[in-house]
Amino acid sequence: MTSHIYRLPDEQTAALLSHYGSAVAAKRRRALLFAVALAVCAALAAWGGEVDLRKFVEGLPRFWSYLYDILPKLRLSHFGADFAEWFWNWDGWLWLLAETLLVAYVGTFLGATIGFTLCFFASANLMKNAVARALVRRSLEFCRTVPEIVFALLFVYALGLGPIPGVLAIAIHTVGALGKQFAEVVENIDMNPVEGVRATGGSWVEQIRFAVIPQVLSNVVSYTLLRFEINVRGASVMGFVGAGGIGKELLGSIRQFYYSDVSAILLMIIASVVAIDLLTERLRHRLLGIEGRR
Amino acid sequence: MSQSSPLAGVDRARLEQAYPGIFRPSPLKRMQTVAIIAALVGLFLFGMMWLGFSFEKLATGISRLGVIINLMFPPTPGHLLPLYLKGLAETLAIALLGTMLAAVIAFPLAFIAAKNVVAQRAIHFLSRRFLDTIRGVDTLIWALIFINVVGLGPFAGILAVAMSDIGSFGKLFSEAIETADTKPIDGVTSTGGSALHQIRFGIVPQVLPVILSQVLYYFESNTRSATVIGIVGAGGIGLYLSNEISQQNWDRVAFLIIMILITVAIIDWCSSRLRFAIIGRRAVV
Repeated sequence: MTSHIYRLPDEQTAALLSHYGSAVAAKRRRALLFAVALAVCAALAAWGGEVDLRKFVEGLPRFWSYLYDILPKLRLSHFGADFAEWFWNWDGWLWLLAETLLVAYVGTFLGATIGFTLCFFASANLMKNAVARALVRRSLEFCRTVPEIVFALLFVYALGLGPIPGVLAIAIHTVGALGKQFAEVVENIDMNPVEGVRATGGSWVEQIRFAVIPQVLSNVVSYTLLRFEINVRGASVMGFVGAGGIGKELLGSIRQFYYSDVSAILLMIIASVVAIDLLTERLRHRLLGIEGRR
Repeated sequence: MSQSSPLAGVDRARLEQAYPGIFRPSPLKRMQTVAIIAALVGLFLFGMMWLGFSFEKLATGISRLGVIINLMFPPTPGHLLPLYLKGLAETLAIALLGTMLAAVIAFPLAFIAAKNVVAQRAIHFLSRRFLDTIRGVDTLIWALIFINVVGLGPFAGILAVAMSDIGSFGKLFSEAIETADTKPIDGVTSTGGSALHQIRFGIVPQVLPVILSQVLYYFESNTRSATVIGIVGAGGIGLYLSNEISQQNWDRVAFLIIMILITVAIIDWCSSRLRFAIIGRRAVV
């Protein structure tokens, strides 16, 4: 078996090559333009953001020494005692960590429930009234855009210090974020079951219960789990503004230079976030896997 | 009436016998569903109690909130508008530079963390856990730490945003790299390309659009988090926001919130336009 390479006549090759060359050049020009625009923006931002490389280089050794300082001084000979001293307040911190997780859970539960109720009013295929739909969507957008810490600051002022303002702040942000994602899921459903239920005389609520919810449930649960993980991280800093959880303790130990406390608390936060991350990821994969097999 | 029913001619008893699961779901499964819902609601109620929730407190809180909202109108900047605008510019600068820095650092890291590039289980595991650890710490905590390094100001905010994004970008980028099609890589290998050639011509052209759209998406969300980073003193508009809240200048608070809303809306609009231009109407995971 022999193979041939067919060559085009030179003038045709030349035409194709010049066309290729100009196409590549156009792409290069566009990329260059984009890079220049980005560089100009970055330079402006660096000027506005008071970027000072000298300060950074001078500060960098401080970063490493800070990292070194917050690490506990563990000696092998007195490992048990040193470890106990590092986590001297472990039971107090564990309670605060439990409070943090509960703030995240209660906020997520509340937000997901309200967001789930609202999402049907925000999706174009179920809510025919354009005014009501726009109203729901704008309010979801508002809940989502104002950062949760800002809500927490306002609620701490109105309700007093404590975890409840944190719960409400997380719940409101969750309503906005999940409401939008749920509405997108609902808008992508198959409408035939809905028409089927309507044809048998089902009301709007029955249509949702028997035709919409079975289709969206696995995605809804998966998004909620993802949001729970994000909210745990958010709840860990709610204490910075006095809204409950372990954040207050962390802020205190950073501000007052209780070095080994900082690393102990950070380690506990990281461990719980990573654990929840792994757990929810496994749950989500199982949920979506079952959905895929159907 | 019964004759017009669509089920009139169907032997219901026979159907029930053939498909028992449809007519009567097994009690075990029912119980399972009920138990899960009961556990979730129970934990919720327990949490509410444990965290000290009371309707009285909520009622007084809402009435105070009503007073605050009343005082918010009309929103006004007072004589501080130039200062606020500077804070807003700082916020945008923090978001832009933080995102760019994170993307530049995370790009090579992602190749190390991708299974199909570095086929070393230990390296894969270690780099993934490293990224998870960075991601587990909130931006505000990083901000507090970097304030100790470079002092108060927006530079600490830039470093904080970059730091927490390195973790997210590293994970997202390496997932994009792992799902890349292997055929272009095989093609490059068959023409004698080195490992670096395989990455440059086999993988990068595939993942670049996805990565760019993810970077844009994070720029959006970083604009949001950069608005609050000032609360701990790391630059941007958050400083003014927390000051005005603690001094109870509610009309200025409302003005600042509106400024944030408008800015975020503009950034959202621009970046979603750009995203669609880069990858078309595809959802960002």
